[in-house]
Amino acid sequence: MRLYWKYFAMHLKSAMQFKASFFMMLVGQFLVSFSVFLGIHFMYLRFPTVKGYSYQDSLLCFAVILLSFSIAEIFVRGFDAFAGMLANGEFDRILVRPRNEILQVLCSKIAFTRIGRVVQAIAMFLYVVATSEISWGVKQILTVIFMVIGGSGLFAAMFILYAALCFFTTESLEFMNIFTDGAREYGKYPIDIYGKKVLWICTFLVPYTLVQYYPFLYLTGRRNEWWLMFLPFLALLFLVPAFAFWKYGVRHFKSTGS
Amino acid sequence: MYLAFFKMKFLTGLQYRAAAAAGMATQFVWGIFGILLYKAFYETNASAFPMDFQALASYIWLQQAFLSLYFVWIFEEDIFQTITSGGVVYELCRPMDLYTMWFSRSVANRVSQAVLRCLPVLLFASILKRPYGIGLPVSIHAAFWFFISFFLALFTVVAFTMLIYISAFYTIQTNGIRTLAGGLVEFLSGATIPLPFLPDGVRTVVELLPLASMQNVPFRVYGGDLSGNEMYAKIALQLFWIIVMVMLGKWLTSRALRRVVVQGG
Repeated sequence: MRLYWKYFAMHLKSAMQFKASFFMMLVGQFLVSFSVFLGIHFMYLRFPTVKGYSYQDSLLCFAVILLSFSIAEIFVRGFDAFAGMLANGEFDRILVRPRNEILQVLCSKIAFTRIGRVVQAIAMFLYVVATSEISWGVKQILTVIFMVIGGSGLFAAMFILYAALCFFTTESLEFMNIFTDGAREYGKYPIDIYGKKVLWICTFLVPYTLVQYYPFLYLTGRRNEWWLMFLPFLALLFLVPAFAFWKYGVRHFKSTGS
Repeated sequence: MYLAFFKMKFLTGLQYRAAAAAGMATQFVWGIFGILLYKAFYETNASAFPMDFQALASYIWLQQAFLSLYFVWIFEEDIFQTITSGGVVYELCRPMDLYTMWFSRSVANRVSQAVLRCLPVLLFASILKRPYGIGLPVSIHAAFWFFISFFLALFTVVAFTMLIYISAFYTIQTNGIRTLAGGLVEFLSGATIPLPFLPDGVRTVVELLPLASMQNVPFRVYGGDLSGNEMYAKIALQLFWIIVMVMLGKWLTSRALRRVVVQGG
């Protein structure tokens, strides 16, 4: 852990070397997700509700998903760029060092520019807190925190899974984007507006509803079962197969030879 | 000349068939989600829907099929590298105009990627149940103008990315500008939500910008959402922006090149 903070400080310092570029990236990242926000905003200007969900409901979902995604991306970014590490032999070097390889991949990149998105997600949260009819108590606040924890874990698991697949393909696989970028894009609305089938897939195949839809129902008072707020932790279980697959990949790793 | 570049790029593109297949799977899913999303809005309140649902479905599928044509995020790393590393002097030795060369290279790159990907997506979209799949162009007339504005839109996109390439002459570090431009274009070109969904006041302004001359025009012509005089005006606007951006790009290139000092060696 100490080593991780050391890397953390190192990346922060190196990012600060190019301040102008760093801030432009930051603003750029902000704009990218801000354009998604504008999309939601203008859709709701035209349609006050969709399937019974309001603007605030959507923003809440979007904020949770965006925040989880950005947190996962800041820390687990190394896995996202893993195909490159495999191809240029960087991973071979990691393996010969006497440290845990996951830690080293984690440390290889920390994407501070994603903070632009975190800021936006928090701003949206504040807006929702100020305008929606949810009465905020300890339970509600805990639910949101759980959602973000579960969400970050789930996205992290996706990134790891994505990297583990690269062991077998060496090239990065674009379709994995569906589970990361896609989930971020379409997680901006409560998942059940996409229909029953999608809801089913996102519960049992990739557990996005556990961090977004079900706790969200509890949060907005649409359902009252207390256990719904703990569902995000169930989603964290997804990290287990992701890690297992990663370990399996490492064992089968053949260097590209460069 | 242009054809030679095209062939070269196309053949390299063909090498990555697996990647293309994976990309197509992604596009199917994104398309389906897009349709499901708008379907939810449509079912909630059909009267507030600014487009025909079939036109919208076609819009989404065309968008997915021709993603690599109009997606502004796709930049050619090579070009940035030749500029920042100084390799651009080699390019200058060639008896060709730098701007035209890069321009045709970008066009070729985009087209070659799109050719590989568009057919399966379009095929898949055409077997989907109406109105969720892609329809035929509303008329032969629309098909003709779709074709014209399709290429004009491509040229608009490339002329725009050229400006970003050229900015590398002035700034060296382009990551920031790239993300900034990408974010803006994403929204203002109608990639996030089709422009008809914007409120009227915002929409009038946005539609005059060069960014609205990209995918917005051909995709809406296809579904019949744009027709008659409005369509002709939009296509003329496309032409206008291409000319403006190409001239600006050429002027900036020549200005930047005048300052280039070639070191020996």
